[in-house]
Formats: sequence, structure tokens, C-alpha cells
Amino acid sequence: MTENHHHHVKLPEGSIEKQTTTLNVGPTHPATHGVFQNIMELDGERIVSTESTVGYIHRAFEKIAERRPLYQITPLTDRLNYCSSPINNMGWHLTCEKLLGVETPKRVDYLRIIIMELARISDHLICNSIVGVDTGAYTGFLYVMQYRELIYEIYEEVCGSRLTTNIGRIGGFERNFSNTAFTKLEKFLKEYPSVLKEFENLFTRNRIFMERTIGTGAISAERALNYGFTGPNLRATGVDYDVRVHSPYSSYEDFDFTIPVGSTGDNYDRFLVRNEEMWQSLGIIQQAYRKIQEFKGEEAEVFHANVPEYYLPEKKDVYTKMEALIWHFKIIMGEVDMPKGEVYKSVEGGNGELGFYLISDGGRAPFRLHFRRPCFIYYQAYPELVTGGMLSDAIVTMSSLNLIAGEMDA
Amino acid sequence: MSRPVRFNIHPIEAQLGNAISVAEAPDGYAGEGFFTARLSDVVGLARKNSLWPLPFATSCCGIEFMATMGSHYDLARFGSERVGFSPRQCDLLMVMGTIAKKMAPVLRQVYLQMAEPRWVMAVGACASSGGIFDTYSVLQGIDQVIPVDVYVPGCPPRPEAILDGFMKIQELVGQESIRRRNSEQYKALMNGYGIE
Amino acid sequence: MAVTNDLIQQKLTAKFGEGFFHFEESYGMLTIEAPKEQNLKVLQFLYEEEELAFRFLTDLCAVNYPDLPGRELAVVYHLHNLADNLRIRLKVFTGIENPDIFTASKLFSSANWMERETYDFFGVNFVGHPNLKRILNVDEMDYFPMRKEFPLEDQTRRDKDDEMFGRG
Repeated sequence: MTENHHHHVKLPEGSIEKQTTTLNVGPTHPATHGVFQNIMELDGERIVSTESTVGYIHRAFEKIAERRPLYQITPLTDRLNYCSSPINNMGWHLTCEKLLGVETPKRVDYLRIIIMELARISDHLICNSIVGVDTGAYTGFLYVMQYRELIYEIYEEVCGSRLTTNIGRIGGFERNFSNTAFTKLEKFLKEYPSVLKEFENLFTRNRIFMERTIGTGAISAERALNYGFTGPNLRATGVDYDVRVHSPYSSYEDFDFTIPVGSTGDNYDRFLVRNEEMWQSLGIIQQAYRKIQEFKGEEAEVFHANVPEYYLPEKKDVYTKMEALIWHFKIIMGEVDMPKGEVYKSVEGGNGELGFYLISDGGRAPFRLHFRRPCFIYYQAYPELVTGGMLSDAIVTMSSLNLIAGEMDA
Repeated sequence: MSRPVRFNIHPIEAQLGNAISVAEAPDGYAGEGFFTARLSDVVGLARKNSLWPLPFATSCCGIEFMATMGSHYDLARFGSERVGFSPRQCDLLMVMGTIAKKMAPVLRQVYLQMAEPRWVMAVGACASSGGIFDTYSVLQGIDQVIPVDVYVPGCPPRPEAILDGFMKIQELVGQESIRRRNSEQYKALMNGYGIE
Repeated sequence: MAVTNDLIQQKLTAKFGEGFFHFEESYGMLTIEAPKEQNLKVLQFLYEEEELAFRFLTDLCAVNYPDLPGRELAVVYHLHNLADNLRIRLKVFTGIENPDIFTASKLFSSANWMERETYDFFGVNFVGHPNLKRILNVDEMDYFPMRKEFPLEDQTRRDKDDEMFGRG
């Protein structure tokens, strides 16, 4: 169908004589990673230098946020790290609560922790299984996708949607967790540990996987701190910085969990740190579930803080009660007074410290909202991680860093 | 010595009922040792049950595609066992996720590299029309740069919706006339996009 | 001695003199405003000082204040002392005519892309940056989109029906 076009491309100076090959590991990757481009100079299989281009999915979140009232920004935050969107939503609600001075009751905190840790498990499952796919082992990915479906079902019970959840309100949740949600949670807690054990057995002491990932993509702790690494990538280098422990939010201080750290910061350590974090998250969910079951009577019905000025009322109240209808109208129309001020709040996302810098000037939309996106910050270190190594190791490094394009470009 | 069989020694008869749908043979005239039918029907039947998709996954819809490809929703039972990443070898371009203006030339390049017959499915609100991102940097719908056959709305669409879109593509593929790609109307469509 | 906001204020005034900074506290976080020529010196001091040790750059962004003449663009640094778990915010203001700020990318490698993003969105010129070009937007863009004067939507669209959006 297409005619033959003779493209006369002007070759850059000295390109015929140069000894290296230019390879474009372009924006369209095999489906799973996201859109970012690396132009690599290769000497055979060895990478001499690489230059990254991002911005292929820049959607201007920060500019959109200047026009939207607080509740309309939650769907934007969903689409940052879309593998674990409840964490982004909760982080945004926590930021708003810090600005507005809202305290949430304990039961709300524990429910939030369950949802956030489920999201963390879901994120790390994708990352680890994709590292497996990139080394050629497709089976692990298929096994664990089945269990992500169970997590999606739990989200659906609470908020109605699977992936981009838009879950929660300022001060709590939109509805109490139903019995079905807890039944599904129990099913997950019963079935998941054996699957995670099986997944571990496929990879952790697998000789081929170990030889592919040990020693590749390594970074030292000093360089990682200088590059602004946070999250599992930083913990794999040996620094135990976790926002949940350093600046606890949502009652994380009531829970007992350890922070796994690695030592060399290579791909294998990152895999192991994420794997161990999934076990820790499972432990946290079990503790939270037990604590929730201890609430009895009226306390067991609490699912939001008592802040009618900021909490969008439940739909059934809006349709039946006058006061709820009036508050609903006022919040949607932006007739509620917002305090002026600037606040920075961060939560531990799947990839590290996800920060929200919110400046409010009293109007209904933020004056400025900036997202501190961990993927964007640590992708700068990619050239340093892969230069001197082989091309196939660079591919595994790219996936083991867990680069989510939505978070990188925002 | 061979080990005794331990598993599946009491196989259960499968209760199928209406569980399996059989592809109907196309209308034709059969006789002893021969069967005549329209070539387009036969070719359409073969093509639609073995489409090779190219998942052009950019963002959140890509994760729902991964769920569709997984064992719960299973795209493979529609014939797309082999998803390819090389446009030269694929029939169906599934664009999943937001396409920014920076990405649009890349998308067009990938489309141009596909060989006829090719179909395009826009999965998700962002690919269909720009979605919730009415901004300076997002392409408001991929049909600004390439012709689209099926649009699947949703943000992200459930895997069942993606499968429904896929079945609509299968309908289009099964009923396509052999001469469609040479017709005046198709050429005018391509020219409208600046593609020869 | 535990590092507190007061200790930071004392040490900074001791080093740079009275009246050099403007201090504020917002939701528990100390906000320091410094003159723009001295931003590197302040960052260096905060990095190297033994007790303060703000060696982690959490975030770098800019804010556009169109109503403050001569101070329209503010570059905001969020620094973190990981050992003592303290965060501070450093702001430098610049006018929109010559928005030149010295780059922090020699001190913190993470500032490299964050400054490119700030340049891309606001037009802040980071003096001494190794590779100051656009990062998230298309290279041919000729304006700085996050400034308040520019609209959100793409103005070159012809297919949107303004009547339906209340703008007709």
C-alpha cells in the first residue's frame, strides 16, 4: 500500500567511523513497562552511554489540579502510580486532612491501612513478576495475576472500581466495609500466602534467575541518597528509610513490622526486598484485621470522621436527609471555607516517598499542587546503573526499578 | 518400572450443555467431496479467529489489558494466544492508554509499519477522545492521527468490556469484503489521514 | 542537642547574619526564605554542617505568584535530615524578567531532572545546569505552560463545541 519513500537521512559527523552502535530502546516497549525512551550507544553488547527521554505520557496533572476542587483531584492522583492507586488516594486525603486539621478515628486508620497494604502487595506483585518475565520466566506472572484479581474484588466491594479506585473521602471512606468485603479479605488472607511461597520458590533460589540478577544494576547507598532514591530501591542498598516508620501516618505506629534492607542494591536485592515487603504487608493486614474485629457495637460502625464541612455525605443520606443534602451541595459548589497555607505530606508509595506539596490560598481549588514522584526522581540514575553492563541486564534493571510511566510524567 | 498413575484416574465426564459455542460454517453449497462458499467468508472466518494483537499499552488501561491477558479473563481463547510487539507481524493495533502529543508521531509510525489488512481498537477513554485530560499536552483521541475501527469506552474499561470490543472487531473482520482495501472509499479515508 | 526548628534558625543567623533570612513556620515545617544569589551557599551550609546535615533533597519545584511584582517565581526546595528526621523548606524568589537561579545539581544529583522540569514548566533558568532543556513537554513548545497566564486546554482545537461547555 505504501509507496517506496527514499529517505535521505543526513548522518551526523563521524558516524560512519564510529565504533559504537546507536540503539533506540524506544517508547513502545513490550506492553508492560510504560513509555520512556533510551537511546543507547552500544559497543557490541556492552553499553557505553545512554540517554533517557521521558514525557511521552505527560498529562499535565499539576495544571489540571489548579482548576479542580479537592474531591475532583482524587481521580487524578489515581493515575499516578496506577498499579497501587489506593495509596495515592489515601496520600492525597491525608494531605487534605493535614491542611484542614481533620483527625481520623482509629477504625478508619486501620481500614485505610488494610487498603494501602493490599495496594502495596498488588504493586510489588506486578513488579516482581515482570522482572521474571524479562528474564524469560512467564509462569510466575500468570500465577500471581490470578491473586491480583482477588485484591481487585476487595476494592470493588468498597468503592466500586478495580484499578483506578478513587477510594475514600477526606476523613474516611464513602461507605462502611460490608461483610462481603471482609469475607473476601479472609479468603485472600487464607489463599495468598501459599501462592507467594510458590512464587518465591520459582525465583529466589533459581540458579538462572540469580545469575541474571546478582551484580547487575548495582548502586551504592551514597549515590542512591544523592540521587534521591526512596522506597524499595533505596532499601535494597542498605538504607532503612521508610516513611511509614519515620513519619508515621494513619496509625502505622500501632503495628509491628520490620523493614527489609538489602546490601548491594543490585537487581537481586531489589527483588528480595520487594518480596519480603509483601510478607510484611501480609502481616500488617492480618494485625489490622484482628484489631478491627475488636471494635464492638457502635464503634464498629464508624467509617469516617465527624467533619461535615469536608466529608461528602453518604449517598443514601443525601437522598433522604436535608442536612446531608445541604452539605453535599456546599462542598460540591465550593462554598466551604478553606484555610490558607502550605503543607507537604508524604506517604510510602509502592516506589518510595510519594509527596504532595499543596499551597492553598483559600479558594476552592489549590493555588499550586506539586507531586513529588519517586519514579521521576530515581530514573535519573538509570544511566549510572547500566553503563558498562550488557544490554540484557539493562532491560532487567529497567523493570526491577519498577518504573511506572504515569508516575514519571504526571 | 513405570510408576503407577496417581492423578486423574477417575476422570469426570464434562457437563458442557451450552458451554461451548461452535463456529458456524459459512453459507455455502456442499456436495460429495466439495464445499463452495464465498472466499471472503472463509478468509474472514480464518482471520477473525486468529487475530494477532499488538498491545500498544501506555498507561492504566495497559494494566487492565494485562488482567485481560491473564488466566481469569483470558484473551487467548479468542485466538490471540500470541501477542506480538512487532507491527510488521500483527493485525490488530490495540491502543490502550493516554496518547500525548509527544507520543502521537510514534503511534503513527507504528501504524504505518503494519501490513494490510490491519485494524485499530482504541481502548479506554483517553485513546478514544482524550478522556479526562483535556489539556495542552494530550492528544484528544487517536482518531486525530490514525483511523480507528472500534472504540471501547471506560476509564479503565473492565476486561469484559475489552473482550466485548475484541468481539466487535472479530465481527468486522469476519464480514470484511475482500476488495475493501482497494476501494475508493478506503483510499479516501487513508488520504484523509495523510497516509498513502 | 536535638535538632529543632529553633536550633536551625540560630545556626543560620549565626552563620549568615541577622535579617538575612525570613523565617516562617507552616504546619510544623520551618520555611526559610533566602535571597536568590545565596541559594547555593545556604544549601551547602545546610549540607555540610555537622548537626544540621540536610543531605537529602526531597523535592524541588517552583510556584508562580503573579500578584507579587518582582517576586513572581519562587523555587522551593524541600530538604530532609534523615538521621534526625527533620524536614525544612527553603524558598528563593525571583522576578519573572530574569529568572536566573544557580543550579543545585552539583550538590544533589537528584536536582538535575527536577530543575529541568521546573525550567520546562516555569521558565526558570538554572545557571550552570549541564543539560537545561525541556523534559516533559514537546521540544518545540515555545511557552511555559504552568505559569498562571496560560490556559489549561489546547487552544488550537477546532473540534470542541464551545456552546456545550458554556463558553460559546
